[in-house]
Amino acid sequence: MTKQEALFEFLLRKADDSLILGHRLSEWCGHGPILEEDIALTNISLDLIGQATELYKYAAEVEGKGRTEDDLAFLRIEREYKNVLLVEQVNGDFGKTIVRQFFFDHFEHLLYEGLMNSKDERISAIATKTIKEIKYHIRHSSEWVIRLGDGTEESHNRVQASVTDLSRYMNELFYQDEVDETLIKEGIIPDVKDFRVEYENNIEKILEEATLSLPEEKWQLSGGRKGVHSEHLGYLLTELQYMQRTYPGMEW
Amino acid sequence: MTEEDIWGMLEDVTDPEVPVLTVVDLGVVRDVLFVSDNHWKIIITPTYTGCPAMQVIEEDIKTRLAKENITVDVELVLSPAWTTDWLSENGRRKLEEYGITPPQDEGDKSVLFGEKPVIPCPLCKSKNTRLVSQFGSTACKAHYQCNECQEPFDYFKCLK
Repeated sequence: MTKQEALFEFLLRKADDSLILGHRLSEWCGHGPILEEDIALTNISLDLIGQATELYKYAAEVEGKGRTEDDLAFLRIEREYKNVLLVEQVNGDFGKTIVRQFFFDHFEHLLYEGLMNSKDERISAIATKTIKEIKYHIRHSSEWVIRLGDGTEESHNRVQASVTDLSRYMNELFYQDEVDETLIKEGIIPDVKDFRVEYENNIEKILEEATLSLPEEKWQLSGGRKGVHSEHLGYLLTELQYMQRTYPGMEW
Repeated sequence: MTEEDIWGMLEDVTDPEVPVLTVVDLGVVRDVLFVSDNHWKIIITPTYTGCPAMQVIEEDIKTRLAKENITVDVELVLSPAWTTDWLSENGRRKLEEYGITPPQDEGDKSVLFGEKPVIPCPLCKSKNTRLVSQFGSTACKAHYQCNECQEPFDYFKCLK
């Protein structure tokens, strides 16, 4: 695998993570439990889609085949999306959306901190911009996990069920293959193994304060990085791609 | 046409979401570069990566300069990343007059549950206010309410 191939694949994976989660959050528009949260979730959605745009732009340039960021976002088939399974999981109730975000934000925070020191100037610039936004996201999701977990019996039970359910997708955040190995060697991305313990400690510390816990059962799901997805992604893409598939090339 | 003239024209271009601020006050315009007498290059940077106002700002800059028969290339750069430190003093004053509290020193945001910053009310200036939501009507603002005069207000978030 050449450095260029690895870089393209890495950018696509991270762009897909942001786009798919951003789209999921956009589904809350007009449906938030309170107005402030409707606005918060769609603000975070906007940040994620903004990040995805920058990553797709760079990916398209690295690939050099004349595709644009829009082509990458809207005109690939399901198997060509490389996001982790966590981000495509359905919104569920507000608590489930928050838990999904919580697991993701803590990972992103550590990853993008590492990417700020990337030897690739473009990635470093994107990361330096992105990390400022992630700091707001991580505080939002963490505070809600505590409030819901240490809230009423109902909120506690619901959010605990989501922690148990979504914890099965945590492992995949740390997925590595030759794409990562190639780029780590070049100093372009950090080795996620280096902050795995820190990630788990951060998650557990907040869960403890929220009177929540990770399940004993450690069975994990994966496949997203290779394009093997849960049933949910297809439905999401149908909606995401509708306009471009129905009216190819349309702009407004 | 001098660089100063171009900066002067850019003073007429306002932020579509916060119309009291010009793109110069906001620190979104990073550089003005001479290409030829009637053609200039303008470097801008987004406040937030997903800020939908950037496309409007780009169009507004082109439209404003077209009035003087000047064509421009607008280039968007991410680095160095925009910070609220780039908001001009003039911009901060205008924000407050408009009813939006300008960014205050918030300390280190990587500390998850550190001390809450004091955000004064733009109307009665009381420091007794409360955070309603970290996320406001646009990506760059948070939503607060004054405990004294009850005014609900926007706070232009500190981004460093």
